[in-house]
Amino acid sequence: MTLARDQVAHVAMLARLGLSDEELERYREQLDAILAHVDRLQQVDTSQVGETAQIGGLVNAWREDVRRECLPVEAALANAPKRRRDHFEVGAIQE
Amino acid sequence: MSIAELGARLRRGETTPVELAAGARSALESLASLNPVLRYTDELAARQARRAAGTLAEAPETAGPLCGVPFAYKDVLCVEGVETTAGSRILQGYVPPFTGTALGRLLDAGAVPVAVTNCDEFAMGSSNENSAFGPVGNPWDPGRVPGGSSGGSAAVVAAGAVPFSLGTDTGGSIRQPASFCGVAGFKPTYGRVSRYGLIAFASSLDQIGPFARRVEDAAHVFSAIAGHDPRDSTSSPLAVEPVAEQLASGVEGMRLGVPREYMAEGLEPGVRAAVEAAFAQLEQLGATLEEVSLPSTEAALSTYYIIAPAECSANLARMDGVRFGLHVDRPSLTDTYLATRGQGFGPEVKRRIMLGTHALSSGYYDAYYRKAQKVRTLIAEEFDRAFERVDALVCPTSPIVAFPKGDKSDPLSMYLCDVLTLPVNLAGLPGISVPCGVSEALPVGLQVIGPRFQDARVLRVAHAYEQATGWHAGQPPAPPAAAATPR
Repeated sequence: MTLARDQVAHVAMLARLGLSDEELERYREQLDAILAHVDRLQQVDTSQVGETAQIGGLVNAWREDVRRECLPVEAALANAPKRRRDHFEVGAIQE
Repeated sequence: MSIAELGARLRRGETTPVELAAGARSALESLASLNPVLRYTDELAARQARRAAGTLAEAPETAGPLCGVPFAYKDVLCVEGVETTAGSRILQGYVPPFTGTALGRLLDAGAVPVAVTNCDEFAMGSSNENSAFGPVGNPWDPGRVPGGSSGGSAAVVAAGAVPFSLGTDTGGSIRQPASFCGVAGFKPTYGRVSRYGLIAFASSLDQIGPFARRVEDAAHVFSAIAGHDPRDSTSSPLAVEPVAEQLASGVEGMRLGVPREYMAEGLEPGVRAAVEAAFAQLEQLGATLEEVSLPSTEAALSTYYIIAPAECSANLARMDGVRFGLHVDRPSLTDTYLATRGQGFGPEVKRRIMLGTHALSSGYYDAYYRKAQKVRTLIAEEFDRAFERVDALVCPTSPIVAFPKGDKSDPLSMYLCDVLTLPVNLAGLPGISVPCGVSEALPVGLQVIGPRFQDARVLRVAHAYEQATGWHAGQPPAPPAAAATPR
């Protein structure tokens, strides 16, 4: 299977990565090669097995639904590139 | 000097935590031409050294083995007030407002952090060449890579600048650099060490662990950082087995398996020879060796390179230029994301985000991600079946020795470096690499793999081997005189 240029551009947009034309072309070629290798997975018979997402055997980790200490506002905002009062500031979401 | 020896000297008053930290700092500075250190933690080191000195003076009976012992840690572990960048431009200037659990436990044990070590950006790489702050040289040959992604942490221990360091291992990032640099590197069972405060790469695979010159020292560090943490819901509530008691129990009567697939083609002849000699040594020590088979090994690389990038693409979504890190200002939020992430991430991180986003995207999820999760089950089951017959597995850590910088420019050839380590992460098992010889004057590593939560057994086998051989005492040549100034 060969990746088309607009597929790669679509993925870049999904990932919110601003890529140059050269980068798009390079990643198209490299992802193609990697995916060709990865396609070997399709030959493995997995009809009898389930999926593994948690390898340690844990199912759910519960805690009491009680209020706990959390980061103070100033600490949480200390690294903010832009803030307004007690909030992170972002650009327009709708134009 | 071993941690036990350092502890004895501290307790006899022959040295002090402040003196040891100063000594470690100047030893690290002399390695500047290798670029293993990103920054020094002078303020924290001074504070911790004073605290350790106080404990040793006033309440020595409460001081554990790490009290007053200097160390370095990988630039993915958060410590309150110390810049942490994950080797990335996108996090330059980020100062965590909290301390991660593993680091916090070392601080509680009185250990003294002196430096933050270089690594591949977001721990993605096998050579440390993906760091935004430059590659690291291997102490055995500065023109060669130290391995990755925890290359800096391996190099500083190999050069003898600190008695131990912390790294992280998602597909081999502790064991492979340990192998390349000729030190012990231990990846505990998944869930054994809390990941809280570790900048996430692939959350179902990541694990924190130590580098040290001796297995005994790695065991001390492991004992200090292991155990359940309510702040990491994937950390195991199982009690941690005491390691020290069984460390010196030897391997007599143990059954050790050699996975046939791990000895297949692709192994450098020098690596094969060193590892086969190690097998013979283990037999001499009273272990029985037998061949086992892990037939899905060939599919492990593909499985890993779906699951790890998929998880990374989700984890790195938080690098958005809004709450911390680089911010490239654009009028709209979407354009800010695109510009910030486009400029902030390096090529390998972008490649993995692209690969993972593709594997998770509509129409491909079943064929890639779901399929990989199923193959992961098969891989884990094959290990479990092998451990019904044998107590542990022994094999090479890496099919090759440290390669020259720039040697693997094609991403797929770089990924192939990890074929013998990443199945262990997929199955969540404990694994260690210990030096087992040299090939072309470069270190070779022996990997020991155990069943989940049998961390103590893995350390025991590695310790028995190490004590019977002198490979761990090997010293790399002194580094060339420092030219670069440390950041």
